[in-house]
Amino acid sequence: MPASLRKSVYQDCPAPREEHMTVVVQLPVTENAWRSFRGEEWKSRVDVRDFIQKNYTPYDEDESFLAAPTARTKNLWEKLSLLLQEERRKGVLDISTDKPASITAHDAGYIDRDNEIIVGLQTDAPLKRAIMPNGGLRMLQAGFAAYGYKMDPVVEEIWTKHRKSHNQGVFDVYSPEIGAARKSGIITGLPDAYGRGRIIGDYRRVALYGTDFLRQEKLREYHEIDDAVFDDKTIRLREELSEQYRALDELKQMAATYGFDISRPAVTAKEAIQWTYFGYLGAVKEQNGAAMSLGRVSTFLDIYIEKDLKEGALTEAQAQEMIDDLVIKLRIVRFLRTPEYDTLFSGDPTWVTECIGGVGLDGRALVTKSSFRFLHTLTNLGAAPEPNLTVLWSTQLPRAFKDYAAKISIETSAIQYENDDLMRPHWGDDYGIACCVSAMRIGKQMQFFGARANLAKALLYAINGGVDEKTGVKVAQGFAPITSDVLKYDEVMPKLDKMMDWLAKTYVKALNCIHYMHDKYAYERIEMALHDRDILRTMACGIAGLSVAADSLSAIKYAKVSVIRNRQGLAVDYKIEGDYPAYGNNDDRADGIAVHLATSFMDKIKAQPSFYRDSTPTQSILTITSNVVYGKKTGNTPDGRREGMPFAPGANPMNGRDVKGFVAAGASVAKIPYACALDGISWTASATPDSLGHGMDERKRNLANCLDGFAMAEGFHVNVNVFSRETLEDAMEHPELYPQLTVRVSGYAVNFAKLTREQQMDVISRTFHQSM
Amino acid sequence: MGVMHKNKNNIPPKDDAPTGYLHSVESGAAVDGPGMRFVYFMSGCMFRCQYCHNPDTWKIGGGRKVTLDEALDELRPYRKFLKFAGGVTISGGEPLVQARFVGELLRRIKKDFDLHTALDTQGFLHASVDDAWFDAVDLVLLDIKHSDPEKYLKLTGQALQPTLDFAQRLARLQKKIGLRYVLVPGLTDDDDDILRLADFLAGLGPVLERVDVLPFHQLGAFKWKELGHDYPLEHTQPPSIEAIDHARSLFASKNLITR
Repeated sequence: MPASLRKSVYQDCPAPREEHMTVVVQLPVTENAWRSFRGEEWKSRVDVRDFIQKNYTPYDEDESFLAAPTARTKNLWEKLSLLLQEERRKGVLDISTDKPASITAHDAGYIDRDNEIIVGLQTDAPLKRAIMPNGGLRMLQAGFAAYGYKMDPVVEEIWTKHRKSHNQGVFDVYSPEIGAARKSGIITGLPDAYGRGRIIGDYRRVALYGTDFLRQEKLREYHEIDDAVFDDKTIRLREELSEQYRALDELKQMAATYGFDISRPAVTAKEAIQWTYFGYLGAVKEQNGAAMSLGRVSTFLDIYIEKDLKEGALTEAQAQEMIDDLVIKLRIVRFLRTPEYDTLFSGDPTWVTECIGGVGLDGRALVTKSSFRFLHTLTNLGAAPEPNLTVLWSTQLPRAFKDYAAKISIETSAIQYENDDLMRPHWGDDYGIACCVSAMRIGKQMQFFGARANLAKALLYAINGGVDEKTGVKVAQGFAPITSDVLKYDEVMPKLDKMMDWLAKTYVKALNCIHYMHDKYAYERIEMALHDRDILRTMACGIAGLSVAADSLSAIKYAKVSVIRNRQGLAVDYKIEGDYPAYGNNDDRADGIAVHLATSFMDKIKAQPSFYRDSTPTQSILTITSNVVYGKKTGNTPDGRREGMPFAPGANPMNGRDVKGFVAAGASVAKIPYACALDGISWTASATPDSLGHGMDERKRNLANCLDGFAMAEGFHVNVNVFSRETLEDAMEHPELYPQLTVRVSGYAVNFAKLTREQQMDVISRTFHQSM
Repeated sequence: MGVMHKNKNNIPPKDDAPTGYLHSVESGAAVDGPGMRFVYFMSGCMFRCQYCHNPDTWKIGGGRKVTLDEALDELRPYRKFLKFAGGVTISGGEPLVQARFVGELLRRIKKDFDLHTALDTQGFLHASVDDAWFDAVDLVLLDIKHSDPEKYLKLTGQALQPTLDFAQRLARLQKKIGLRYVLVPGLTDDDDDILRLADFLAGLGPVLERVDVLPFHQLGAFKWKELGHDYPLEHTQPPSIEAIDHARSLFASKNLITR
């Protein structure tokens, strides 16, 4: 695909001749911007980490310095709240149907121009969604149809006659078996119809260096390989570097429409926040990624804020106001997706993940006052799922910060925690989290997002010889079914092992197709411009249904499981006699099976002959929300789970089977070795506020201690859900959606769904009278 | 299908090793003693409190039979966590029903793991154990269900005096007490009854750390039904927030720390 086409089709008049990589850019005068900062290395080459380490001010005291929202912030947020209400009512507020998105496609847009401190919207109006046909036209068509919009004929013509999309490319090369596996749902959620996402540009580079310096660096990287062997790898890299170089110029043009010159480094805190946001904005203007993380900006920005505070150019209220304003912008990032997509992900998530805290390689915590300021937005603006605030937890974090994070968790449920002590040895101290759990060194690493393979279904395929239990269609070729009436562990395991070989093979083939085509037709120009040239690429595979598969095998091993077959001889149900140990009770018999499944599937992935672009295979055990859809696509399983019932999310024990409390459940999850799941292992723990203790002081300390305990046990990730009144009320209406919600009082715990309506109402009124 | 809660090794206990009956364990309780607690719910209780929310633990000899080592194995994985985050609570049922086993368990928890220990009891059976039995107990979570002997008998099916004696014994032994009082409308919310109890508690002196007023709740009702018992408090409403605050203020009027 000729890269030049990409830009020219977006414009009414022919584009000016593309600037060439050979043009030497005049280096900006950077001395003024950098004069008060320490360190030299980061000044001569791009090295944001070095800048942070030499200049940040650790903060180990408490939250008492924080400022309340200003009247301006409240007004702006209220103005937006009306639009958000309207959006909720309509599904989408508006769509920019005739302007395929690019960094420069739209004019400047504002929520309330005179009252915004940090500016920039994806399109020319708030919550108006852009279209990004490079990912796939089908996603657009479905999105338009769902919300009552019409496809623009010019756009349709371009992306059917003149320009190919990622989606078309992928389906040109899929094998029939991949298609069948995709259809049956044994492999689900593949990013083959939209942006793959999970790439984090180092948006801080825009602020620290300005785009001129960054372009100069890209130029250097480009000319360094002028004399390399021009094989397909080098040629592709050179084309990409050209695109990156061009994208940086577009970023500068886009910022100029808002009245800013980002060719030079940021000088003030306000500029640093604005420049960093422009970098991010460029990315979300260009890409509809499955997850579009922000990275790890809070401690970086704190350096500028500290400088301005010291110079008397800023007050705490103003500092908080700027962070609040940035977060408002991050909360309204939107992509046009389909209702089916929203079902898969339980909503309309964008995963604007921002990492907070962690500890440096030198032992100093990376907690600054701005770590608090970011978490404080949840108080100032109210709880919200985006940005996805992620605390990098270490037992070495300052006590006051631990307690504060725990307190905000209890009040908002909006924080996830990941084990910095576990990740730091792998990824250093300047990594970010893409999506929910995928760690990557910022600007030095990217991943090829690979969704998930369904291990529970693989077990059913092993039993049925590759025939799908729901449709009767033969999906995996060359397997014989189990014919005995009682399942024997020693017969099932070798069959499952072979089926996992097939699954790994089919899965990696699909991922290779997807990422080849995504690079070709929907390349992330600005995100990759904010990376080094030479990066680590991972092929991020994933598994779903771990606890269902582990419990099923435990049932087969420790209880008696008989097969019930339909008239066609297909195993469609199972009769279980006796008890079996379930994963999630810190019992090695069951937990060991889960560990075996996770490590052995990773080994099978690694054994594949080829990974696109020499990427390093990894896997995640992560389904924060799509566990519901995976469950729908999977028939009855030998653990007693009924057809269609949701899986447990991520690496969670199956709902209701962890009977020894959440510390035991966490201990089971923590047994899954990070080494076999370097893309992350997700656990969701839920509690009502009063189950964490009496009063906030006890609760926050107990929660912080639990997080320390989980980190020490080498647990990787935990979503802490402390239920709100709204959640509990929703659980009354939809008990089926909250099978694991436990209510605890002294000496007693009960499943919420078991209670009568009156009892549930009593729990709600009591819980929220006492906790506030 | 069922989920197995049994221990790994079903080795029959040696004759001389004490064995106990365990209803269940809970690894992450935060409201049964200070900090995060590992809780052993022992089987068996001689009381039949009308508002019991764990009637499934009443049966003596119910639950699963475990040796001391098996019981300790349940706790072992959490010892480091509990050391800084909280400790162990032995609850039930009534733990003193299995006084020999529970005494040994407490002693071993102290000796092997050096953890904070709490005993959740109504104390009725305290006379069956000697003073040394309490050496391994750091805190007694003492339930006094009523201050009027007749109403106590009606409410629980047993006599009040042994429990009052027990409280005084704890004071003599300088054992810390966390008192729990369940507030049940129409049964335990009379001002005079509460004040009488408050007077008694004030007389215990500094060993009494705090009085927790726990509002009666209906969450255990389904267990009575499942067990085929008639639930005498089926129609009793939980106390209002005001009633709870009022009860706390009565305790506080005698200079007791409440929550």
